[in-house]
Amino acid sequence: MPHADAAYNLARRLTRGSDAAEDIVQDAFVRALAGFDAFRGGDARAWLLTIVRNRFYDWLRERRLKATTPLTAPGTFDEAGEDAAQDYTDLDADTPESELLRKDEALSMRALIDRLPTRLREVLVLREMEHLSYREIAEITGAPIGSVMSRLARARAALGEAWRAFEHQGAGAVT
Amino acid sequence: MTPCEEMDLQLHGLLDGELDAVHAAAVEAHLAGCADCSAKLEGLRELRAKVRGARVAETAPASLTARLDSLAGAPRVIPLTAGRPRRPAPAWWFAGGSITALAASIALFAIIAPAPPGLPGELIEGHIRSLQAQHLVDVQTSDRHVVKPWFNGKIDFAPPVVELADQGYPLAGGRLDYIEGRTVAALVYRRRAHVINLFIWPGRAPAAPSMTHLHGYGLLRWGRAGLTYWAVSDIDSAELVAFQHAFAARVGG
Repeated sequence: MPHADAAYNLARRLTRGSDAAEDIVQDAFVRALAGFDAFRGGDARAWLLTIVRNRFYDWLRERRLKATTPLTAPGTFDEAGEDAAQDYTDLDADTPESELLRKDEALSMRALIDRLPTRLREVLVLREMEHLSYREIAEITGAPIGSVMSRLARARAALGEAWRAFEHQGAGAVT
Repeated sequence: MTPCEEMDLQLHGLLDGELDAVHAAAVEAHLAGCADCSAKLEGLRELRAKVRGARVAETAPASLTARLDSLAGAPRVIPLTAGRPRRPAPAWWFAGGSITALAASIALFAIIAPAPPGLPGELIEGHIRSLQAQHLVDVQTSDRHVVKPWFNGKIDFAPPVVELADQGYPLAGGRLDYIEGRTVAALVYRRRAHVINLFIWPGRAPAAPSMTHLHGYGLLRWGRAGLTYWAVSDIDSAELVAFQHAFAARVGG
């Protein structure tokens, strides 16, 4: 299937490396195929990534409903405009990848991206890894272009800082 | 000179190629005289290079691509333009050059095309599905003594299974299909590189074969001993008739 890699990469980073990414992508493709006649031209790749993103938020919602521990009340935003409830911290506790991180720069970068808040992470991944324009990202995320720009700037600042700390302190900063 | 605080988003805009010519020129003028902002932009470039570095982006694992390909291989209706089972439709939806992209576009094209009406359309659909879904046969063997018992317990009738390799129609296997809301037997024979699906279910039909053509496929129907037979293939009509003769002769004999 075309765009499978792009869809999978987005799903992996949104879910912070969860195995659920495969199901999310498959589900997105099923919906893309079923909803094909609703697709009115434009960039099919961006359209597919929109569906992947929507499925991710569905997954996140279901996951939160199933969770036994109380979570931050939905709809709470911090001063940076982040929906705190959109984030979760128990996913990447201690993965088998942790060992590898010490020597693998690519895996370290993934891990650092995964530590970004979801609203920043999705904009960064869509821009830097999926190569979408501000306008496309705005359409996918349903956010104004100005928000896309400021989130992207904040995402890069946070990631740049995290990377410098990682290089300075070694893998301990990642795990 | 523009103050640096106003430069922040502009640097990102420049990096991302999102500035118009006027703004891009203004930012570059500022950068020419500002070491701090130049260093910041350089830092952004380095970070981008790392994010876009080798193996940071993940690629779909084989387990996933296999699942996705099986989606592409299960169209609900046949392509309107189909003259042959695997004729490529224009790849106009997903831009992409791979074979899977082509396969996907075929399947997608198939989904939006209206289904041909009636039983012949359904049979062709079943025939094409069997070719596209890599699901030609459930039981893959040229041995009729394996194929025939395989149907036992899966359907409430016993389709005759004969070997026709000596006539140039080797038996490839059998599978269950779903036609007009019921489970039917499908025997699969090969003719050179072509495939013949022989659908069989209980029901009366004239013993004399009758040929129908639809979308480039030949459909040959006949009846015998309370069973209805439909042979579907893209082979030459005369060959399909010869196949029917060979099959009927061996069943009757």
